[in-house]
Amino acid sequence: MVDKTRLDEQTMAFRVAKEFQDGMVVNLGVGIGTQCMNYVPEGREVLFHTENGALGLGPIVSSPEEADINLSNAGGQPVHRTPGMSFFSHDESFVMIRGKHVDMVVLGAMEVSEKGDLANWVLPGRGLGNIGGSMDLAVGAKKVVTVMTHTTRDGRPKILKQCSLPLTAPQCVSLIVTDIAVIEVSEKGLILKEIAPGWTPEEVQELTEPLLIMAPDLKEIEL
Amino acid sequence: MPINKIIPSIDGAISDIRDGATIMIGYFGGPGEPPCWLIKALARKGVKDLTLISNMPGWGRTLIPVFAEKMKHLIKYPSWWDDPGLLVENGQIKKAICSWASGMTPSNVNDFEKRFRANEVELEMVPQGTLAERIRAGKANIPAFYVSTGVGTKAEDGKEARVFNGKKYLLEYALTADFALIHAHKADRWGNLVYQGTSRSFNATMAGAARVTIAEVDEIVELGEIDPEEVVTPAIYVDRIVVRPRDEVEKW
Repeated sequence: MVDKTRLDEQTMAFRVAKEFQDGMVVNLGVGIGTQCMNYVPEGREVLFHTENGALGLGPIVSSPEEADINLSNAGGQPVHRTPGMSFFSHDESFVMIRGKHVDMVVLGAMEVSEKGDLANWVLPGRGLGNIGGSMDLAVGAKKVVTVMTHTTRDGRPKILKQCSLPLTAPQCVSLIVTDIAVIEVSEKGLILKEIAPGWTPEEVQELTEPLLIMAPDLKEIEL
Repeated sequence: MPINKIIPSIDGAISDIRDGATIMIGYFGGPGEPPCWLIKALARKGVKDLTLISNMPGWGRTLIPVFAEKMKHLIKYPSWWDDPGLLVENGQIKKAICSWASGMTPSNVNDFEKRFRANEVELEMVPQGTLAERIRAGKANIPAFYVSTGVGTKAEDGKEARVFNGKKYLLEYALTADFALIHAHKADRWGNLVYQGTSRSFNATMAGAARVTIAEVDEIVELGEIDPEEVVTPAIYVDRIVVRPRDEVEKW
């Protein structure tokens, strides 16, 4: 069993944020997703969308004195008001999502298959689960990026040939960012693009069920 | 005679909600959205066998304090925050149609999940965007519509499918209700509404989607004080207005 340093949540968020291109509308899922907001690359302007009805969302507040009970992200964290932001109803918010107006969504994942199937809403035997906005976002966003630990707590791969958990949406994920690798989902299969410092491609493969294709320009994740 | 939809008493505004009614409650999951005083009044009234249409059946008084503790480094929640969970905990809900059914984590479940496991309540879990659109369709008298959300998942079970432009879609049916209980920031006596921030969410979506829409507001203003360019919910969708008791709101 490999025992090496894995990227922490902040570093994973930092890596995901490099995917944000200038002018994009990005929806951030609860968890590591919302932390990506702090790492928008220098010189790029990105509009953050939240399904509970705001566009141009500001950063999460740093103390209760700054919080407004009427302004939160999808995870319920209070956020700042920013010039240019807009509010809308829930039906309008999902018109934006379903209507393919959102460029990218960053979602947490429990499992991702080699075809890009996503499972992230329920763990069998652990309650009812919560669909929330995940199914709409997985289907509606132009690009789906997932961010998760590479393996479960007991060391089993989360990137699988086929998901074992109930799906959120089939064939929707295009990029998988984990605590040890960055993997692109392509028609040919999963392409290993980047690996965390100190890891070898073989070690990443060992913790991944489907066979990984090595990218010709495979490199270390830049931190 | 001047139109006046303002009802002086909150309990009076819900007096005709009977056992077995279907009610929509404007909620996403935070303290800003729900019509807390209408929910408290409905709890006092004690009507039973309600079908609840809401984003969540709620944290309830079981989990709101847990949530408050978890978030206290970021926000202080008002002591008066109640959500539909209060009605679940009171045993008033028979069925919930929602997108977010359980609590925060498997170890922090809400009362709804406990009752679901005990076969005391029914659940129809719906993807959030589909839920919002089903309510909007109900308001627009569009009986059904197609979406691609849920294709290839459990949400597809039992649904009619159809292919448009080579892509599969599922037929989803409109939702309506007997009553929609919503919260807005300001209203005039005609029922024009404006909201604050993200507390608009399902409140604006549900306004007009029920036979009777009751809006609980922070403040009532004179006609004309809300700029017509800024009205979010036009008066046509609102039947009754109640105002939050200022002394109680300010207590926290």
